[in-house]
Amino acid sequence: MTSPLVEIRGLEKQFDLSGSLLEQITFKDGRFQRKQEAVHAINGVDLQVQKGEALCVVGESGCGKSTVARTVMGLLSPTAGEIHYDGKRIDNLKGRDALPYRRKMQMIFQNPYASLNPRMTIQQTLEEPVRFHQPDLSQSDVRAKVQEVMQSVGIDPDWGSRFGHEFSGGQRQRIAIARALAVDPEFIVADEPISALDVSIQAQVLNLMMEAQETRNLTYLFITHDLAVVEHFGTRVAVMYLGRVCELADTKSLFATPRHPYTQALLSAIPRLEDERPNYIRLQGEVPTPVNLPSGCVFHGRCPHANERCRTEVPKLIATDANVQVACHGVEEGRL
Amino acid sequence: MALLEVKNLDVRFAVRGGDLTALRGISFSLDKGERLGLVGESGAGKSVAAFSILNLIAKPGYIAGGQILFEGKDLAAMSERELRKIRGNRIAMIFQDPMMTLNPVLTIGTQMVEAILAHRKISKKEARAIALDRLQKVQIPSPEKRLDQYPHELSGGMRQRVIIAIALLLDPEVIIADEPTTALDVTIQAEIMDLLLNLCEQENVALMLITHDLGVVSQVTQRMLVMYSGRIIEQGPTRDIIDNAQHPYTVGLISALPQMGEPGARLFQIPGSMPSLKNVPTGCPFHPRCDYATDQCRQAMPDYVHAGNVDVACFEVSKRMEQEKHMQEERS
Repeated sequence: MTSPLVEIRGLEKQFDLSGSLLEQITFKDGRFQRKQEAVHAINGVDLQVQKGEALCVVGESGCGKSTVARTVMGLLSPTAGEIHYDGKRIDNLKGRDALPYRRKMQMIFQNPYASLNPRMTIQQTLEEPVRFHQPDLSQSDVRAKVQEVMQSVGIDPDWGSRFGHEFSGGQRQRIAIARALAVDPEFIVADEPISALDVSIQAQVLNLMMEAQETRNLTYLFITHDLAVVEHFGTRVAVMYLGRVCELADTKSLFATPRHPYTQALLSAIPRLEDERPNYIRLQGEVPTPVNLPSGCVFHGRCPHANERCRTEVPKLIATDANVQVACHGVEEGRL
Repeated sequence: MALLEVKNLDVRFAVRGGDLTALRGISFSLDKGERLGLVGESGAGKSVAAFSILNLIAKPGYIAGGQILFEGKDLAAMSERELRKIRGNRIAMIFQDPMMTLNPVLTIGTQMVEAILAHRKISKKEARAIALDRLQKVQIPSPEKRLDQYPHELSGGMRQRVIIAIALLLDPEVIIADEPTTALDVTIQAEIMDLLLNLCEQENVALMLITHDLGVVSQVTQRMLVMYSGRIIEQGPTRDIIDNAQHPYTVGLISALPQMGEPGARLFQIPGSMPSLKNVPTGCPFHPRCDYATDQCRQAMPDYVHAGNVDVACFEVSKRMEQEKHMQEERS
């Protein structure tokens, strides 16, 4: 296999909850105590994104999928672990050194109402990144570039003088995609790009993203909670639960034979058109808080197959088939 | 007689520069214990339809015409006082965001008891017993403890269970649920939907489920309405519509679902987007996005025709049916 375009190694991210030193100190039982708390958003994630693929990261709210996206983009700095792009470590780069990667890696956000500056026209919104990253370009070249991306996402270039609020949600998301494409990126992180859109508009935007992938040879890291979209769009899928990857497989095998008990439950919960009644694997309880992580396998408290080993030992991602990796003691031991 | 019958309902919003029509000639009925799905994209008017049943549309919105018959009495013509006896009592509502429905400064128990005492003359103790019973029905773990907890102490899924318990407090005939699981994760959504479905069956409560998720509609409801730009464009048994939709919009909506396409291939897409209320096209509101649009569609609003078990408002469908009829006559 060729070397991956983006590699995430041992990534961990914690968000401190305890505030300043004074807030951490409490007076109890006659003495001062210091207490620190943190949200363990990502707890050791290793992922590789291959050139030209669409790697989908799925999971429910709070599983850390968006934190992975933001850490890869450098919007958050990792607590531990490394991010590599094309063989070079980038999470520790600053200022001028990081600049080339800011161009090659672009992001599309969930809410196009929040991600477009309301005081800039569409033309300004699209010109800004081009000017910033290619300061040598002449005025007319910049305009030509903006025209080209607008056309490619199906936005009439004559609308350039309008503001974001004059467009519908689907059109705004097209503009957000155009802004990402304007600097000719290689790698796009899309964080729930269609979740805020209606079904008929979702299809339009998904088609646009697939088209851009083919014509511009893009690589995607696609974050979503919508499994039906993953099945359609993804090359490979990573299922996350409480900050860990519990299953990583190519889309076809994952949907045909999900192995991890959590993946099985998650897939069974998708409401399908052919169902006449809700038909799903019932999990006990709810997702535990990421402040106090369960010991061992993070899923053990809700898993119908958990045993003593699951409660104490953290399972590693282990290859079970050519394109399938599962982090589950039960699968490893052949119990499941 | 149907339990709830909506006839030719028109809802408008009075704004500067004239009225905007949010609902146009909506007619449907709901039988006792029946589960009805209301499907459409944002701006189609599904929530307005749900809210107008209990006359809950806020100004400048108003009911401009039509009737809402509940057990034969017209809710649209009732006084606020009479309506209050029905709201929450005979017809209950469940909203999308449980945090907006629950009062953050009152305990769950207080809110539930308050709702019962508003309609029943019983003691607080008896009311608390009813509240506890309903919390057990929605399978909340340690229900007694929950009565004394505040909404923020519960998770999203648990809060929505409390909302369902509140809806069931006074044994309503109808529950109107407006996107009850949209804010929840899929695994929680599956649990809540299953719960709602089982409770409606057990208690023989009619359910009006508003959602944009066709998968949920097919799992939970027996009949469905598809709305577009303030009109019902197709209605009939859920299975018939899901398996064999007639209206080009419904067909498009179902084909646009990622699960209907070949993985990796382009999805079917309906061009354009739903018109805003400010400039609804003349004739059939779907015509600018429709592949079959003719001059007739651009000028006149299609009437409903029966296509099998389904009622459809589309000239193309009625044309197709006439052709079929013609061919059958020729054959015989």
